[in-house]
Amino acid sequence: MTSIGLAGGWRIKQPSVIPGFGLALGFTLTYLSLIILLPLAGVVWRTASLGWSGFWAIALDERTVSALKTSFGTSLVAAAINVPFGVLVAWVLTRYRFPGRRILDAIVDLPFALPTAVAGIALTALYAPNGWIGGLLAPLGIKVAYTPLGIVIALIFIGLPFVVRTVQPVMEELSRESEEAAATLGANRWQTVRRVILPGLMPAILTGFALALARAVGEYGSVIFIAGNIPYVSEIAPLLIVIRLQEFNYAGATAVAAAMLIVSFAMLLAINLIQAWSRRRYGYGG
Amino acid sequence: MDVRVVNVKKEFQRFAALHDVSLDIRSGELIALLGPSGSGKTTLLRLIAGLESPTQGSIYFGDEDASTKSVQERHIGFVFQHYALFRHMSVLENIAFGLRIRPRATRPNAAEIQRRVSELLDLVQLSGLQGRYPSQLSGGQRQRVALARALAIEPSVLLLDEPFGALDAKVRKELRGWLRELHDRTGHTTVFVTHDQEEALELADRVVVMSQGRIEQVGTPDEIYDTPNSPFVFGFIGESNAVAVSVNSGQLYLADRPIGLHADGAADGDATLFFRPHDVEIVTGPGPSIPGVVVGTRRHGGTRRIETEVGASGQRVEIDVSVDATIGSTGRLALRPRRWRLFPSVPLRG
Repeated sequence: MTSIGLAGGWRIKQPSVIPGFGLALGFTLTYLSLIILLPLAGVVWRTASLGWSGFWAIALDERTVSALKTSFGTSLVAAAINVPFGVLVAWVLTRYRFPGRRILDAIVDLPFALPTAVAGIALTALYAPNGWIGGLLAPLGIKVAYTPLGIVIALIFIGLPFVVRTVQPVMEELSRESEEAAATLGANRWQTVRRVILPGLMPAILTGFALALARAVGEYGSVIFIAGNIPYVSEIAPLLIVIRLQEFNYAGATAVAAAMLIVSFAMLLAINLIQAWSRRRYGYGG
Repeated sequence: MDVRVVNVKKEFQRFAALHDVSLDIRSGELIALLGPSGSGKTTLLRLIAGLESPTQGSIYFGDEDASTKSVQERHIGFVFQHYALFRHMSVLENIAFGLRIRPRATRPNAAEIQRRVSELLDLVQLSGLQGRYPSQLSGGQRQRVALARALAIEPSVLLLDEPFGALDAKVRKELRGWLRELHDRTGHTTVFVTHDQEEALELADRVVVMSQGRIEQVGTPDEIYDTPNSPFVFGFIGESNAVAVSVNSGQLYLADRPIGLHADGAADGDATLFFRPHDVEIVTGPGPSIPGVVVGTRRHGGTRRIETEVGASGQRVEIDVSVDATIGSTGRLALRPRRWRLFPSVPLRG
């Protein structure tokens, strides 16, 4: 397959038995423009009306910067925590057959379906100093609700299914034979996991991480309940945007949005590049 | 190393995959486990490897009981049908894997590993490809890498599970000859599973024919082909004709006519006569024989194959004659098996 691509040089259209290339591409471009590009262009357009100096003034404002830091910092931590635990959940779901497995499998999707506000309120009730878990942690001096830690917990909740659902199918496909091969060559369990299984899952894990991260950055509903929303401490960027809107400061809101957009895009691009590299490195595609 | 399988039974949940199987494999032998799918051949191989554990019975490596040892401790080389290469590792890393994961005390140093890998690459004729990834290799090359990887740990026994099953016919033939050569050179005790009888007969020192979780016959390719000891083996190995006959005081009868074959000591009653298409003579003169009606002739390699119907119920019999023979043009012929075997009547299979 690769040889065809190389021999023919770079081509937009690969020879295919399925017709409709023009129609499909045209539709895709129109659709993406309507759904994604136009709204984002609106953000940029609005921001542009501020001028460079105006934009930087808002973007580098102390409250904006700390909100952005909170947003991206907690999202990164939450996505990073989701990776090992999400992989573990996927492992249990694919490798073991136990009563209630299907129910557990369905439960993983709940954070997708639940209104995020409901999740936020439930988590707040649990982790508030007078809640079940918060009450246990309070004597130890650990405050969860109304701190960045609370935000992290909400974002873990939101992001978990992304990791599980991207890793699970790849794990199911992972051949048992290569594990058996490793065992016949003398590898113990830990060596098999570290040298054979995990590298094979790497691209899927990165995808799951990126999705969980992207989702967490944009999360609003669940976070505002548990975060306490204290400016400079536990205020997230999406909330700041809403606050600016309520002040009828549309330019200020779009400026924060544009800043988020830039950082998000840069991060996702970086992850995609790492992923492309790892796919090549780990022998997927050619 | 000798491998002895002693009274091994294997059940998966309620399903019995192997019933009481015993097998002695001599050191340095090349053994084929041959049988149709579901005959338990792969299960037996995996039991020897330690990838499954027997429900009952034991497996000895030399004088040591290996049944209680883990796969890792058995020190075997295993080659899978679908290669099972580590696709995120280069050819070099794949082959070196078994050496690199050893504990420091027994691990060869980096230069030694590199030397061993290049030696193995030479052996499997893949020198210069050590930097490639499995996805960049052809099927035959991948299987050779898998073999080199298995050989790298200097296994006491080499086990191959349908090693050429996923390859096309031409490559399969090439690799077959090459594996034989490799075995002669390295002298590993080798067991391979196959459902391809040609492969088993051509390659192995001894062939183990299996069916439905039991060993039907163990013997050299000649023994298996020339003196099959059961209707199953006769039908499974090579081409054969089965004709229902009856025995009366040592004489064989087909549709109440004697066919000129004597089976001393055979019990009276119904029996099945087995013979191969090329072990048949055409009877031209008078004398008892099997009369047949020609229903078709086909070119079959270097011979001509004549399809006939014999007996009252029109049982199909195929015979091979030389290409220039004019037999069959009259629509009738008389035949008599030169080599044949008689088995007490069983329902015809296949």
